[in-house]
Amino acid sequence: MAVMILAMLFIGVAMMASLADYHRLVAIHRPLGIAILILAVIRLINRRLTKLPPFPPTMSPPERVLASLSEKLLYALMIALPLVGWGMLSAGDYPVQMFGALHLPPILPAHPTLFAFLRGTHSVLAYLLFATILAHVGAVLFHTLVVRDRILNRMALWPVRKTSSTQTQPSSSHETE
Amino acid sequence: MKQDLLNIDPKLSPTAVVLRVALIGGILVGAAALFAYARGWFTPRALTQDRVIDTFQKVNGVYSGFRRNHAKGVCFRGWFESNGNGVELSKAAVFPAGRIPVIGRFSLAGGQPYVADAPTAVRAMALQLQLPNGEEWRMAMIDLPVFPVQTMQQFAVQLEASIPDPATGKPDPAKMKAFVEANPDATRALGLIQSRAISSGFADDTYRSVNTFLFRDRQGRTIPVRWAMIPEQSFQPPPKDDPGKADANYLFDALIAAVRQGPQRWRLVVTIGEPGDPTNDASIPWPDDRRSVDVGTLVIDRIESEAESPARDMNFDPTILPEGIAVSDDPLLSARSAAYSVSFTRREGEPKKPSAITTAEVEK
Repeated sequence: MAVMILAMLFIGVAMMASLADYHRLVAIHRPLGIAILILAVIRLINRRLTKLPPFPPTMSPPERVLASLSEKLLYALMIALPLVGWGMLSAGDYPVQMFGALHLPPILPAHPTLFAFLRGTHSVLAYLLFATILAHVGAVLFHTLVVRDRILNRMALWPVRKTSSTQTQPSSSHETE
Repeated sequence: MKQDLLNIDPKLSPTAVVLRVALIGGILVGAAALFAYARGWFTPRALTQDRVIDTFQKVNGVYSGFRRNHAKGVCFRGWFESNGNGVELSKAAVFPAGRIPVIGRFSLAGGQPYVADAPTAVRAMALQLQLPNGEEWRMAMIDLPVFPVQTMQQFAVQLEASIPDPATGKPDPAKMKAFVEANPDATRALGLIQSRAISSGFADDTYRSVNTFLFRDRQGRTIPVRWAMIPEQSFQPPPKDDPGKADANYLFDALIAAVRQGPQRWRLVVTIGEPGDPTNDASIPWPDDRRSVDVGTLVIDRIESEAESPARDMNFDPTILPEGIAVSDDPLLSARSAAYSVSFTRREGEPKKPSAITTAEVEK
């Protein structure tokens, strides 16, 4: 899904500056956006149903607050961006084409200023999402390469052995000082 | 117990920390740069849709709320009466016999919404066909036999040559001469355009797709096509002396009067290309003997001002097509779609001013 979202962001900016490939890129952008919306909703439900692994002790309280907020922002944007795109096409009186003859119904009435507002919002949210992803990746890389607290284990799909990870954590000794 | 804010692994040497932080910084800056590159921020000289529309604004000025090209226009309603002949050519839901609601817009080429009508102004017909399965077929056709150039790059150079010189207020003829000399293909197309038969007005005019599209049938066979809206109204030559002087809206007023007399009709005639016919060059005509199929009749029975019609706030993007009709390798189609989108986005965010053809003009 991360690959889809990154591809989507790059397709989104590339199509704004491409005459030759605009049509092809937009044709991918629309159904890919809806696919991300569906996956993001499923993911949000899953997130509500499962418990997160605890934060590593190397994360300070302000860092934990920041991490939680950025996670909420990522979820909000993953869902808001495709919805704003869908609403924007509706307000612009465009058919919301998927593939073949398949298309989605409008979710907003056709209206010029509503379209213009949503079109602007779509870009702003996209840049915000890209910036949030960069910040998120930067923080994870910092923890992995500099703090070396195996934070990526929190993302693992499989159970991670607690013992080896906590014992080798440099910060456990740090904390007891 | 006091906790550090960053908790750097004490086993790492200060040099290692600096190197690792630099690596992370490099990754982030690299990703951001790649993103900016994709957006075109490192290639400001490349031709983009924004620059095409900027050029239109330099040629015409900015008229708030109006299309950046084909600014002067009037809208209409009617229907398309499909005769069923198109079914053998394409599986599109538009072709089985039946009646399909249509809205659309007649316009003059150029970005000035209050320009006086003139016989040689390029006229256009834009349509939205509302198919029974909820799909749409949008078209934007002009009354030229071919498009003057093959690519948007050439079009932009030609357009730039028509930007008024600040000193004289007129385009520099040397620039246009340089364009024509550098583009011999455009000279041939311009010859065809200049020798076209000019009709008296909108109602007796022929509008063409100009670009090539692909029709796909139920068996998966694909054929290249171009199409034209051919008027059932008989051809009349334009008035002798400049009628735009007496009535700046004479073309539109004649159209309004004609529709008031009765519905105006056009036959949609699809021409099928043969192997070797250019599909990627709208500036080259296809041979005259190509097979043509009359697939139905467009009937326009009501004219509406832009203020009244949803067609004002519609982007007649020619790449909005139903299943069974697709874009060809004609490079202009993607470029038109991109440029129309920028024009649409800009004008929809601006305050609207009354059009030259007002509601009162349509109803008088």
